[in-house]
Amino acid sequence: MVTEQNIWHLLEEVKDPEVPVLSIVDLGIVRQVSTEDDQINITITPTYSGCPAMDVINMDIRLKLIEKGYRKINIQQSLSPAWTTDWMSDEGKRKLKAYGIAPPNQKQQFCTSEMFAEEAVQCPRCSSYNTRLVSQFGSTACKAMYQCSDCKEAFDYFKCH
Amino acid sequence: MNTQLFTYTLHLADNAFILGQRNSEWTGHGPVVEQDIAITNISLDFIGQARNFYQYAATLYNNFSDAEKKEIDFLIPRLWKTYNRELQEDDLAFLRDERQYMNLLITELPRGDWAFTVLRQFFFSAFQYYQYSALQRSRDTQLAAIAEKSLKEVTYHLRWSGEWVVRLGDGTPESTDRIIRALQDLWMFTGEFFIPTGYEHAANSSGYGVDVVALRDPWEAKVASVFTEAHLKMPSDAWAQEGGKEGRHTEHLGYLLAEMQYLQRTYPNATW
Repeated sequence: MVTEQNIWHLLEEVKDPEVPVLSIVDLGIVRQVSTEDDQINITITPTYSGCPAMDVINMDIRLKLIEKGYRKINIQQSLSPAWTTDWMSDEGKRKLKAYGIAPPNQKQQFCTSEMFAEEAVQCPRCSSYNTRLVSQFGSTACKAMYQCSDCKEAFDYFKCH
Repeated sequence: MNTQLFTYTLHLADNAFILGQRNSEWTGHGPVVEQDIAITNISLDFIGQARNFYQYAATLYNNFSDAEKKEIDFLIPRLWKTYNRELQEDDLAFLRDERQYMNLLITELPRGDWAFTVLRQFFFSAFQYYQYSALQRSRDTQLAAIAEKSLKEVTYHLRWSGEWVVRLGDGTPESTDRIIRALQDLWMFTGEFFIPTGYEHAANSSGYGVDVVALRDPWEAKVASVFTEAHLKMPSDAWAQEGGKEGRHTEHLGYLLAEMQYLQRTYPNATW
């Protein structure tokens, strides 16, 4: 008998292909899981509209469930309410930092169109707040590039969204 | 009314798609690597937004009655009709001809220099910011959801492009000269934002679309505030180039489509 609990548990093993320390549950993109007999329905939401990882995540969920013997899988995409970094779990933020990526600040005044606004981002290596923005865009849609002015290390910041 | 919703959705998709394609030409050519990444990340957001709109348009079409399908037949790619399968997002993106695209002219203009690219981005992002803000309240729940999702990305684009306008306008004599030239070339393409077509009128009066006329004031206020910081003068000329939203394009769109559609037209239904 499939339970929703089982499925949530399995989804914790599905990783974000671009930030492999985070599971899709940590990331907050799994919005709903429901089961009816052997039918499994999962609703996920994209981080960014054009995030190329979404198609891979879709496939990885399917593969993980098939591997565990589940066959009737329906994955739906939901756009509203829109994903926000506030849905990332505390555990996820801790894992990000340990991996060397600064976790997102609480979504607040920084998600505005205000120009040249400065955000206090903590260096994931030496924990200094004496950091500077190098680029508002980074290696993936969800990250910006920073440099620590104390330990001089360059790092990714998972930007608040 | 259903067919107008289809047309309106396609128009929203085309704006994002064509500018996304145009900006992607900077891949590997940005002035510095960080900005190369920035402009192409913006492209990626646009193409994602376009996909959401195209997917919705295709779903609408597939559920239309024969009479409805006939009504908008002029927008449907001819090649797809030989496929004998349901309409998909890629058919709308890669198989339509020039006259079937309903994007704003400003989105299809050649990429120009960096000043032209960032000023165009700023004008368009400021427009899209107010357009999507209003579209979040659409009576059509799918359009509202796409707008809500995309607005966060657009907010970031607006901030980034506004900062560049200030940086160039208030920069060196060379950068100031370049952004003023870009302004002279681009300004006449901004009026089209606010001149509603028939399908935009229908969208607005039925409650699922945005009244573009009402967006002019907030847009001008936003542009004026950034221009003040950039030491740029707002042009007073109000004459506007138009036609893109009804399929009458500049000569530049054809070349863009030829490059973008080459693969799907040469190898129909190719996937990877």
